[in-house]
Amino acid sequence: MSSSPVTGSFPVKRGLAEMLKGGVIMDVVTPEQAKIAEDAGACAVMALERVPADIRKDGGVARMSDPEMIEGIKKAVSIPVMAKARIGHFVEAQVLQSLGVDFVDESEVLTPADEAHHIDKYKFAVPFVCGATNLGEALRRISEGAAMIRSKGEAGTGNVVEAVRHLRSILGDIRRIGTADSAELFDWAKKLQAPLPLVQEIAQTGKLPVPLFCAGGLATPADAALAMQLGAEAVFVGSGIFKSETPAVRAKAIVEATTHFDNPDILAKVSRGLGAPMTGIGMDEINQRYAERGW
Amino acid sequence: MARIGVLALQGAFAAHAEKFIALGADVVEVRRPEHLTGLDGLVLPGGESTTMSNLLTSSGLVGPLANAIVSGLAVFGTCAGMILLSSNILDGRDDQISFSAIDATVRRNAYGRQVDSFECDLSVTSLDTPFHAIFIRAPAIETLGSGVEVLASWNDAPVLIRSGRIMAASFHPELTPDSRIHRLFLDLVESQLAVR
Repeated sequence: MSSSPVTGSFPVKRGLAEMLKGGVIMDVVTPEQAKIAEDAGACAVMALERVPADIRKDGGVARMSDPEMIEGIKKAVSIPVMAKARIGHFVEAQVLQSLGVDFVDESEVLTPADEAHHIDKYKFAVPFVCGATNLGEALRRISEGAAMIRSKGEAGTGNVVEAVRHLRSILGDIRRIGTADSAELFDWAKKLQAPLPLVQEIAQTGKLPVPLFCAGGLATPADAALAMQLGAEAVFVGSGIFKSETPAVRAKAIVEATTHFDNPDILAKVSRGLGAPMTGIGMDEINQRYAERGW
Repeated sequence: MARIGVLALQGAFAAHAEKFIALGADVVEVRRPEHLTGLDGLVLPGGESTTMSNLLTSSGLVGPLANAIVSGLAVFGTCAGMILLSSNILDGRDDQISFSAIDATVRRNAYGRQVDSFECDLSVTSLDTPFHAIFIRAPAIETLGSGVEVLASWNDAPVLIRSGRIMAASFHPELTPDSRIHRLFLDLVESQLAVR
């Protein structure tokens, strides 16, 4: 017996996010870097033209990567390939879907294309991940069809403080909703500016309806383990790997730290002899907070 | 009560654990060799098989896990987990780990990229109504040894197989509310416990 298969459905999109749990998704700008990431045990790569640290340094408008470059990375590795589209730029997303990327990141790291609207992600067969700084933002993105949420952090800084703030905000509110009574949920939905059914679902299940990953500023194995212990289900590492002294070794160490996040002995072992991490910058030294982009 | 280990290095291990807990099994997340002690069954979940290969090596699990399988542990592999169990892997990496626990040739990502991932109804041996299955960048089973039983097929290709105490699926029974395939594996584990 066979029924006709269905592609691009929400369970199928969310399914890939489930498969990436417990893993590290690494930013890469060349096929060579993609190979290094795969060899180190990355569960997926994010193909982009410049890592966030360089976007921050160079300034100007940051856009979707050149399709040729994305194709090169797709050919180089067998793990899933993600790519970034500007917030609201649904045509960039159409191009990425046509290229066959496995996940589109509607990302605040690129310069937003629309100051009021995110992409209607239900119109696509490819799954989307979106950033969020708080639970309301996460639920608005899920209501638009996002199959994965990543806490935004502050990309390109090598500073984990914002990632921690955003994770704590999202997970703290989920815990608080878990103790609210049914009447209080209406107020939560209003305060969060989020759809009531999603708030009610969280009250029932105690978690987001899609996987919650952490991004933005992670630079060391201990940073990755911190995100996991706080409750992230996987991590994105951007500039932190290829802006460090020894990318291959550091990448492998971060992969091991993400798996063994609750084992300090293993964390101590893998944190040794990694060379210099990316220098990083303090929040008072930056003039543009990417996390503020998106609504 | 059966004690089921779920390999928790990377991938959809939490969803499998929830299934077995709901079915009344005692569940252990396996990240290090000592977690293999006392298991009656083990699940190798979906995820990225290359990532899991790396982590199996760095966690010192390759030898102990191979020994446990040889000594008779019942194992269920889904998607990437099926790849780890198969005797022959096509389109894999040269350094990819295979426990050769089931006589099958599988091809990684044979059903295409994510935009080709799909859900469908399968007819499964011993289940009286169809099982709704989700395939994510799924591996395909291309050839099978003579002792391997096909429990379900999709477009004439096997997608759920069993050989003795080893089960493997191209798809993800942990992603749907239906627990019947996990029940089948638990029955297999419990029948072994009864023999012991």
